[in-house]
Amino acid sequence: MKFGILVNEGPYQHQAADSAYLFCKAALAKGHEVHRVFFYHDGVNNATRLTEPPLDDRNIVNRWSKLAEDNQIDLVVCVAAALRRGIRDENLAPGFRISGLGQLVETGIEADRTLTFGD
Amino acid sequence: MEGVVKKFMFVNRKAPYGTIYALESLEVVLISAAFDQDVSLAFLDDGVFQLKKGQQTKGIETKNFSPTYRALDGCDIEKLYVEQESLEARGLTEDDLLVDVTVLSRAEMGELMEQQDVVLSF
Amino acid sequence: MLHIVNKSPQERNSLDACLRIAQSGGTVLLIEDAVYAATRGNTAATNIQEALARLKICVLQPDLDARGMADRLVEGVTAVDYDGFVDLAAEHKNCQSWL
Repeated sequence: MKFGILVNEGPYQHQAADSAYLFCKAALAKGHEVHRVFFYHDGVNNATRLTEPPLDDRNIVNRWSKLAEDNQIDLVVCVAAALRRGIRDENLAPGFRISGLGQLVETGIEADRTLTFGD
Repeated sequence: MEGVVKKFMFVNRKAPYGTIYALESLEVVLISAAFDQDVSLAFLDDGVFQLKKGQQTKGIETKNFSPTYRALDGCDIEKLYVEQESLEARGLTEDDLLVDVTVLSRAEMGELMEQQDVVLSF
Repeated sequence: MLHIVNKSPQERNSLDACLRIAQSGGTVLLIEDAVYAATRGNTAATNIQEALARLKICVLQPDLDARGMADRLVEGVTAVDYDGFVDLAAEHKNCQSWL
């Protein structure tokens, strides 16, 4: 089955990014496909490579990058939400790309199920 | 995926201005109009405040985006649903809203939600 | 339909809203802070018990464990892990997150 995921909150502040990541990991392990993870609202903050959590904490941004690389997942950051919050191509972590909101609607059309993780 | 028409519902449960969710939800709704999908908007709980007439945002130096709800009609987004109990619980009636809506009971709202392919909530 | 709730019933009305609107035969999955709702002694547990008559109620075990509440799950509520979460999403035709 093809899953689409929407993440509406930034890393660390809310559990949403963790829940979304763990859902994706479990879905992939079960042989499902994750079509795309779309980051919206403060969720765009999942994409900044300037994040530096303490060493004993999980690195949420790198974790997304690795998941995307290992499983060819499209990580899309909403351009309007990103520019509002200072996320640009220059500070994007590997595996993420900035694109329009149309990509979210397209995910809804193409995925068998679209799940939202937010506040 | 050309020609695929899915039922999309955007569920709004948050008041405007206190957080950005209402505004950014509306931005997705506007974009969805370009994809020729079957789009509905549901307003529940504090989400009904998004449609309140007479919003004046000058004093908080924030853009008043409420007129955009009236423009949805022009983008062929005409299905706006409001839950009756959410209105009543907030001292509002249909006359307080800035756009034409269909008022639904909780059961009707639940039934409508069940029929959707994609439910996006912000 | 799969309904996902992630907030404590004492903090937000999302569980109340979900239980008000959800059609019989659906499933409610409590994740993150919503897991507190399905623990004995919580004021929301009564609503959960009532809802069990018409809805399947599940709770995400890792979230319950993280909060030290695993020993007081309300009877009749099904605990699932992330694999189970994925299965629930796949089994149901559609889903709604009550944010």
